[in-house]
Amino acid sequence: MTLIDNPRPDNLVLSPVKRSGLADQMKAGLDAPICLTWELTYACNLQCVHCLSSSGRRDPRELTTDECEAVIDELQRMQVFYINIGGGEPTVRKDFWHLVHYAVDHGVGVKFSTNGSGIDATVAEQLAHSDYVDVQISIDGADAETNDHVRGNGSFATAVEAMEHLRAAGFEGFKISVVMTRHNIAQVDDFRAMADRYGAQLRLTRFRPSGRGADSWDDLHPTDQQQRDLYHWLIDHPDVLTGDSFFHLSALGEALPGLNLCGAGRVVCLIDPIGDVYACPFVLHDEFLAGNVRDEGGFAQVWQQSDLFAELRQPQSAGACASCGHFDACQGGCMAAKFFTGIPLDGPDPECVLGHGEAAMDSVARASVGKDHSRTAVVIGRKPIG
Amino acid sequence: MTFDSAVAYRLHERVALRPEPFGALAYHYGNRRLNFLRAPELVALVESLDSYDSVRDAFDAADIDPGRWPSFEKALASLAASDFLVAEGIDP
Repeated sequence: MTLIDNPRPDNLVLSPVKRSGLADQMKAGLDAPICLTWELTYACNLQCVHCLSSSGRRDPRELTTDECEAVIDELQRMQVFYINIGGGEPTVRKDFWHLVHYAVDHGVGVKFSTNGSGIDATVAEQLAHSDYVDVQISIDGADAETNDHVRGNGSFATAVEAMEHLRAAGFEGFKISVVMTRHNIAQVDDFRAMADRYGAQLRLTRFRPSGRGADSWDDLHPTDQQQRDLYHWLIDHPDVLTGDSFFHLSALGEALPGLNLCGAGRVVCLIDPIGDVYACPFVLHDEFLAGNVRDEGGFAQVWQQSDLFAELRQPQSAGACASCGHFDACQGGCMAAKFFTGIPLDGPDPECVLGHGEAAMDSVARASVGKDHSRTAVVIGRKPIG
Repeated sequence: MTFDSAVAYRLHERVALRPEPFGALAYHYGNRRLNFLRAPELVALVESLDSYDSVRDAFDAADIDPGRWPSFEKALASLAASDFLVAEGIDP
């Protein structure tokens, strides 16, 4: 047994996991999450067609500044080392920078995801001087046409401007985060070149049918061949971050670097803008709601005592995948992807690389969608928005 | 720089340890890396390093079976390689 595992910095990657009992310990859950995502607001100046939280409008019940500080105090007590802040567009919250500083001052590092609209030259300069804050710019195409098709007109230019500011300020190693779709997956080398150009690190994540992604799924999710190409590309580029999100591809052969299991409720969870705690960022649905940070006992109580998380930490049945020889590699895939395509949680992933997902989807009706915070009906390839 | 058990090491000032059933999680706020220390004895050893003039002295004082020393030393070297441990006298 080795005594040390060095996961990659953006997530819970442990490599390789099979040689140890560590994966089993992760499945049984830890006293505090390793990777916690906190969507600070549902307000957003964009309305991306694949937004996993269907963001747009601010929820009036949003946590107040005081309540957010109390959550951060609690995370400090639980020794959650860092949080991933997102939204919505988190920088539109008036107290955003205050909360970032508050977290850092309390030993909780911050990585925040932004569409770039809050990053001007001054902000970039300040960020470059803080080692405890990391920035992740979301972009979904290597050119304006591909990107704006999904994220809205002008959004590519905004992201590029932010990256220019970060480079000019000398911020090294910020993240460029791309959701892999049918339309951009052929651009992976371009994204990598872009990251190199900006001294940034590339992060590719899996598109899920969550939020508005349920509506855009048929148009955006990668083809079977594209998944295979991506798998080989990821094997060849182990330095590219993935948030461990492509473990369903590991059934194609050699395991991708990573934990290769679903961390939902075990080592991962999400706090939404009104304090609701969900099992992972991709399941904003009552079915996966574990509690609220405003409840008696706060976040710690939810994480440590909720019935839902206790259930997710039990050994899971391989279900319909039990007879497939690849279950050990893919673990049945992503819970969120299954749920929002109407496949039972012990069924195959809708994008199962062995083709079992297609059949499973044909035989079931799609599940209900999650909560909607969109400002207007969102359609792909729409006109610019306000 | 190669790991030298004849000199003193200490935990990098920007590394935090969080106790876990398997040992501890270690997080480095500087390079944002995470490490899993997978034995409680390793955690105790790491925490004791700054009390000794050399890693060897720390081993002598620790309650670890000498047969396991090589694996522990390998773990310390790995921590040093990722900057979680720094040699005494080196400014991090």
